[in-house]
Amino acid sequence: MKFSPFFTTNTSVSIVMLKVLLALVPGIIAYVWAFGSGIVVSLILASATALLAEAAVLQLRNRPVMPFLLDGSALVTAWLLALALPPIAPWWLVVVGTLIAIVIAKHLYGGLGQNPFNPAMVAYAALLISFPVIMTQWPVPLELTTIKLSFIEQWQYIFNHVLPSGVGFDAMSSATPLDYLKTQLKMHHTMEDIHQAKFFGMFAGKGAEIVASMYLLGGLYLLHQRIISWHIPVAFLTTLAVISGVFHWVNPAHFSAPLFHLLGGATMLCAFFIATDPVSGATTPKGKLIFAAGIAVLTWLIRTYGGYPDGVAFAVLLMNILVPLIDANTQPRVFGHSK
Amino acid sequence: MSFNLSDIFKFPGGVHPPEHKVESTTQPIRTLPLPKKLVLPLRQHIGHIPKILVQVGDHVLKGQLLAEAHGHVSAAVHASTSGKVTAIDEQVIPHPSGLPDLCITLEADGKDEWLKHAPLDYLNMERSELIRRIAESGIVGLGGATFPTHVKLRPDAKHPVSTLILNGAECEPYITCDDLLMRERADEIVHGAMIMQMLLGSTECLIGLEDNKPEAVVAMNAAVAKANFNAKVVVVPTLYPSGDSRRLIALLTGKESPAKGRTTEIGVQCFNVATAQSLYRFIAHGETIVSRIVTLTGNVAQPGNYDALLGTSVRDLLQAAGGIRDNTDDYVMGGPMMGFSLPSVDVPMTKAMNCVIASTPDLFPPPPMEMPCIRCVACADACPVNLQPQELYWYSKSSNLEKAQEYQLFDCIECGCCSYVCPSHIPLVQYYRYAKSETIAQERAKRSADLARIRNDERLARIEREKLERAKKHAERTAKSENSGDNNEKKAAIEAAMARAKEQKETITPQNVENVSANVAAEIAAVDAARVQAAEKPE
Ligand code: SF4
Ligand code: SF4
Repeated sequence: MKFSPFFTTNTSVSIVMLKVLLALVPGIIAYVWAFGSGIVVSLILASATALLAEAAVLQLRNRPVMPFLLDGSALVTAWLLALALPPIAPWWLVVVGTLIAIVIAKHLYGGLGQNPFNPAMVAYAALLISFPVIMTQWPVPLELTTIKLSFIEQWQYIFNHVLPSGVGFDAMSSATPLDYLKTQLKMHHTMEDIHQAKFFGMFAGKGAEIVASMYLLGGLYLLHQRIISWHIPVAFLTTLAVISGVFHWVNPAHFSAPLFHLLGGATMLCAFFIATDPVSGATTPKGKLIFAAGIAVLTWLIRTYGGYPDGVAFAVLLMNILVPLIDANTQPRVFGHSK
Repeated sequence: MSFNLSDIFKFPGGVHPPEHKVESTTQPIRTLPLPKKLVLPLRQHIGHIPKILVQVGDHVLKGQLLAEAHGHVSAAVHASTSGKVTAIDEQVIPHPSGLPDLCITLEADGKDEWLKHAPLDYLNMERSELIRRIAESGIVGLGGATFPTHVKLRPDAKHPVSTLILNGAECEPYITCDDLLMRERADEIVHGAMIMQMLLGSTECLIGLEDNKPEAVVAMNAAVAKANFNAKVVVVPTLYPSGDSRRLIALLTGKESPAKGRTTEIGVQCFNVATAQSLYRFIAHGETIVSRIVTLTGNVAQPGNYDALLGTSVRDLLQAAGGIRDNTDDYVMGGPMMGFSLPSVDVPMTKAMNCVIASTPDLFPPPPMEMPCIRCVACADACPVNLQPQELYWYSKSSNLEKAQEYQLFDCIECGCCSYVCPSHIPLVQYYRYAKSETIAQERAKRSADLARIRNDERLARIEREKLERAKKHAERTAKSENSGDNNEKKAAIEAAMARAKEQKETITPQNVENVSANVAAEIAAVDAARVQAAEKPE
């Protein structure tokens, strides 16, 4: 016997996840263009690890493997983590990170839909705490270097830590702009001087700002497809812009400009792909605004005063903790009720 | 009479399922041949079961009262053709529970002879008398809600009605009976509305239609103009469930009816267009309700709308629609969003039956595997009541019924929008039906447990009292010979017992069981059956 409604829309978790992956593609292309093909190696590594781990855990948990493998959620987690990690990180970092995300952050909490924390961010934070040095070494934008590693060379470097002869690691890596900025500020250099550094682009890190713009583009696609609602990106970006804007206006020598914050670090990735993770985020309209604004404030605080280069991961995880509280206190008014 | 689009308000959520209305609107309303046998369930409405007035073997005429409205909320049942009463027994009725209910079976004599009837001189009638007569008409809400119409027309000094709304939105996919009725019998609908306006004393009349029925809009506008009736035909955007009365009221007036109250508390009363038309037929011609228009669609040879006598079996209906085509595996009564599978194709057509869809596995495929909720809140965005379906699902699934009620489970209208959009294919509404029925069943169990305790206390008290009385009587008897006060005493005792019994009966009925959807009622029946079984099982 069937029950009403007798038909449903032609949608599924797989389609939703597929669209998210699709929305990441422009950002990935820009990434390759700006930093070389190392990121592709990381993406492949993370995807393979995620699918294998997912399949193994599902088998262990006695759940149907195929439907859950095909739901695409493991791939989304893998891609987000890979995109958050430095693309010249050794292979095992990607693998360990993905395992943490899938096995611990997702399945130990009950699998799809049950995890209170964003799995990719759990893994990122765990890696950052455990391997701080590797996690802060980023490739120099291709534009600024004559060293252009081929895909095979990238592959070799990532797996065997072997660089072509004559190329030193220092020549191809550097701190991230966010990181650099913080160290320089500590050395009492002014913002203007710091921005003279060669890896600063128009607003933020050279190359990185293009990648960020492409994430924005992908995010607009998700909005258009109604995979995400406007609340989280808008509240997150506006709050970040306002708070950084106010401080920048008060003391431009000491505080970065809003655009630096918006196009730098993982801001755009967070706004459209990470903070918008439905499972671990707030669900009510008002709750989403509070949740996203909270992430923005924490991100800015950690970036400005914290010990880590970027604050997005910790900000998201901290706000994840508050989600049940936020949701419970922001229930919308039910039709026909006075409040 | 034109209406500005900017005057239309909004309700939250809503979805756009494929309409499938074209199939059944190409032909005018057709009349069904007279069937040989008609089965009339006594309960074709919300409320008390009516009182049977006939006996097996009686010959009755078309339109003759078979059972009269009994109690405050109840509706009469009439013979839908002339013939002989051949049975009064329980038969399977069109209800998702598949449980039998009391029905009167008529064998048609083929003459289809009307009982003598005449128009009502309603302009010169006391209003209360008119309402009483309407109560005899058997008219109930024909949009599917089947609430007795005369109850909604009763004057209520506390909540005067200023706005009368006619519901011609017909937002469910597949159903087109109101559309066709408006196209073909707009005049009768409008005259019915004028009578309602007079009875309610309302000053404004709004007629709401979705913009996917342009022919009906033209017809209704023409009828309103012809009748010189001060009503506005309001065209609302096609968005399911705009035809839900509270949603339609919000669309047309911008007002939200209180969740726990009636629409009259905001001065609005809402009727389906077919209800208005039936009222007109009764007032202007004296015709009680013996037929209705039903959409027969889906996998039938000749989809369309049919004017059929109440009590006609669904099998006969489908036969008239050219018969079903191959692969039909199910019959859905109502629309695909809120309807239910008929327990059998031999159930009779009732006042609630606005549509039957012959379905195939292709038409309504079994849903894909249920996945976990990913909290995407597509459901919340679609909910027209602004509920949080994902929370309700969570609490219903874990049987945390109190929490579910806190999240306003009982405000859910079971429209199906949430299930419709859920990417995880969770049958959300089914979970809510379960949670609602479980809540009601638990409440009822609690009440009867309380009742059992009271009964036991009473029994102990009675034993005590009887002991005392015996002692007293004994003492009296020894004092003087018996007198004849006994009879009175017995009477008083009987009366007291009866009062007690009555009181008990009232306490057993839980409040909201009368107004739940048929689907929930079916769930309750299932829960009760399970309970009985569990109780019967030896420990
Ligand atoms: S639409 Fe389905 S998956 Fe999404 S929140 Fe609602 S119940 Fe969960
Ligand atoms: S079925 Fe209930 S919860 Fe679901 S959309 Fe309709 S009213 Fe909301």
